[in-house]
Amino acid sequence: MNMPFYVAPEQMMKDRADYARKGIARGRALVAVQYVDGILLVAENTSNTLRKISEIYDRIAFAGVGKYNEFDQLRRFGVRNADVKGYAYSRDDVEARGLANDYAQILGQTFTHELKPLEVEILVAEVGVAQADDQLFHILYDGTLVDEKGTSVLGGDADAIAGRLTSTWSADDALAAALPKAVAALAGPERTLSADDLEVAVLSRSNGRRCFQRLDHGVVASIVGGTNVPPKSAQGR
Amino acid sequence: MKVPLFASDDDPGSDFSALLRRVGLDPFQAPAGPAANLAPHATTVLAVRFADGVVMAGDRRATMGNRISNREMEKVVPADRHSGVAISGTAGVAMDMIKLFQLQLEHYEKLDGRPISLEGKANQLSQMVRANLGAAMQGLVVVPIFAGYDSLRSTGRLWDFDITGGRYEEREFVATGSGGGPASTVLKVGYRLGLASDEAIELACRALWEAAEVDSATGGPDALRGIYPVVATITADGWQRITDDVLATVFTAIADGQRARGSAS
Repeated sequence: MNMPFYVAPEQMMKDRADYARKGIARGRALVAVQYVDGILLVAENTSNTLRKISEIYDRIAFAGVGKYNEFDQLRRFGVRNADVKGYAYSRDDVEARGLANDYAQILGQTFTHELKPLEVEILVAEVGVAQADDQLFHILYDGTLVDEKGTSVLGGDADAIAGRLTSTWSADDALAAALPKAVAALAGPERTLSADDLEVAVLSRSNGRRCFQRLDHGVVASIVGGTNVPPKSAQGR
Repeated sequence: MKVPLFASDDDPGSDFSALLRRVGLDPFQAPAGPAANLAPHATTVLAVRFADGVVMAGDRRATMGNRISNREMEKVVPADRHSGVAISGTAGVAMDMIKLFQLQLEHYEKLDGRPISLEGKANQLSQMVRANLGAAMQGLVVVPIFAGYDSLRSTGRLWDFDITGGRYEEREFVATGSGGGPASTVLKVGYRLGLASDEAIELACRALWEAAEVDSATGGPDALRGIYPVVATITADGWQRITDDVLATVFTAIADGQRARGSAS
């Protein structure tokens, strides 16, 4: 009979956390900020088809960083859950808090029980009727659920980006003011990001029933400036 | 009613109906016995192609036998930004089908990241009507019209259906429901290629007016309560419902015309 080697639980959890953190840190970052008309989501993403930011429901958006196939599976789970709930009950009964809890459960379960933790960090954002009702739920690879106020940063180098972002961000900014600040925070002092490097979407209160809207490269370029270099090769991270 | 995290070899894909069945919410269950005349009926709906797209219209009455069960039912609704669906038949089943159809289009768009083609949407609706055949055989018949603006071909297109899910694309116009016969005749007489938007709206209103004249299950404009038929255009700019003020003017003109002819028939 084979006897497994003894590994202290602390060591096992630490190894898993390190593994997940390394995977996430390899990917490019993403920021979400409140602005006057809702929530702005900006990701550094050279792919125009493999999305990091998506619509979940009327007022809810999803954003993920890390391993694409893993957070995309979580995104699909979210769309399905929201649509089934809205069908069985009412559109008003679909809310971000419940979904964020489900995600926290899934990530937590996978972290402790599966061979490999999910190498993802996700955000569930809900735009409220008034700005005070906006919600940003940030969920970490181990299922830790954080209810964030105003801004949220996911992915590699998050602390530095968050530092830059909070020094400039204001909830009263219009979109044209909020977007350049978010992009500058993502880029840092040594780089500039053009529209082609970015994936941008908003959850806008004034957008009718479906608040989610993508801003295409042309619109983004007109706000932050940027060249129309041919798209670079798409990558999954 | 809990949605699981599906394994990749067991994933229901973008099909919302399939997802509902997987979580135990089968939307199409046939009744155990005959169910005709147990539930309210929705009646006349129509669609007309014009130069920039299509006009859809439907009266507001629901009947149960010879009783008016609802005066302001909306049988013509947007399916998404560039298409609409109109329903005649058993009201409850029809409304659930519309809701499911709208959700299916949105669900697909969200999961796949792009909308279904117009032809694909018509096909989806056809499959839903077919799935309802068991209930239709017991008397719960639903017959929709589907119309929309095809962005790939830059034109309005419209389809009608039979209870088996048969799907027929029409080139000019279509009307269905209990007042569908007289409405079709009016549309046929008044139709010509390349109608302008206001002409098509006027023609649709006239068809509903004549249907309401001869069919007791079709409601005419109700100036007393301010209830007018639902009339909407779908063009490259999307779905736009015509306001009651505009419709009031159109129907007043139709009534004046009839009065001028000195005829009450």
